Amino acid sequence: MKKFTVKVTVMLKKSVLDPQGAAVERALKAHGHHEPVSVRIGKVIELTLNGENAAAAEKKAAEWADSFLANPVMETFALSVEESE
Amino acid sequence: MKTAVIVFPGSNCDRDCGRGWAAVTGREAEFVWHKESSIDDYDVVILPGGFSFGDYLRCGAIARFSPVMAEVVRLAGRGSLIIGICNGFQILTEARLLPGALLRNKGLTYICRDIHLKVENNQTAFTSAYAAGQVIRMPIGHGEGGFTISPRGLEELRGQNRIVFRYCRADGATDEAAAPNGSLDNIAGIVSDRGNVLGMMPHPERLAEPILGGDDGKGVFESIFRAAAEKLGGGK
Repeated sequence: MKKFTVKVTVMLKKSVLDPQGAAVERALKAHGHHEPVSVRIGKVIELTLNGENAAAAEKKAAEWADSFLANPVMETFALSVEESE
Repeated sequence: MKTAVIVFPGSNCDRDCGRGWAAVTGREAEFVWHKESSIDDYDVVILPGGFSFGDYLRCGAIARFSPVMAEVVRLAGRGSLIIGICNGFQILTEARLLPGALLRNKGLTYICRDIHLKVENNQTAFTSAYAAGQVIRMPIGHGEGGFTISPRGLEELRGQNRIVFRYCRADGATDEAAAPNGSLDNIAGIVSDRGNVLGMMPHPERLAEPILGGDDGKGVFESIFRAAAEKLGGGK
C-alpha cells in the first residue's frame, strides 16, 4: 500500500451563476485591471489515502466526490493525484 | 397523530417548530435526535432550520448522512408528511428527497427579513388552508436560498404543478427582482412528485401566532394537520 494525496477541485457548473466570482471579477476591474477576465471561485479538498496505485486512489476519491464532496446538481469536480511521502 | 421534529447538531429552529406546531394544532411534537437509527412511524416529520454541522462542505450535505435520515427516507416512502424548512429544505435536496439545490444568495449576503410569498398551489397537503394565489407574508433568514435545477427539472416542476410557493411583491407580482436571493423562477417552495414532501426556505413557524407579529405561517401547520388527520381517518 502506498499513500496518495488527491486534490478534489469542486467548481460551480458553468451554467450556474457564481456571485462570488462575479464580485471578484468586478473588484479586479475596479482595481484598474482592464484585460478581459472571467473569475469563478470553487474549493479544493485534499484527501490523503492509501491505495495500491494512483489509479486505485483516484477511483476511490472519484466515488467520494461523486456521492458526497460535490453536488452534481450544481457542481462539477476534477481530481489530481500525487504519491505522498 | 405523531409528529417529530428532527434535531441535528446546529439546528436552531427546532424549538420554534415544536412550539408553532403545538400552538396551531394543539398537539405536542416530539424532538428526535439525529443519531436515532430507528424511529416510530411518525405521521408528520419536521426538518427545522439552522446550520446543521456548521453548514460545512455544503448546507445540508453532512446532515444527510445522519442515521435518522435513512428513517426519514423510509417515512417519506411510507407516505408520511415531511416538511423541511430552510436548512431542512437544503437537507431534503441533499438527501434527494426533493430535486434541485440551494445556492449562495445572488447578493452574497445573509438575508433576514419578511418577504411576500404567493401560494401557487393550494391543492397540497401543506397549503390547503390558503386560497389559490393568496399572497402571504413570511420571514426568511438564509445565506443559501437560491433554488437551482436543470432546465428539464424545472419543466417537470412546472408541468406537475409542484412549485408551491414563489417570492412575490406585496401585490403578488412575481418578477425576477421580487426574489430576494436570486432563486430560479422565484421558487421558494416545492413538493415531491408524490406530494408528501415539501421544502421551503421561508419560516412559517416564525409567523404562526399573533404574538409573533402575525400568523400568515399558521396555514402551513393547519394544512399538514388536516391532511394527516384525514389520512388517519378522522383526527386520531
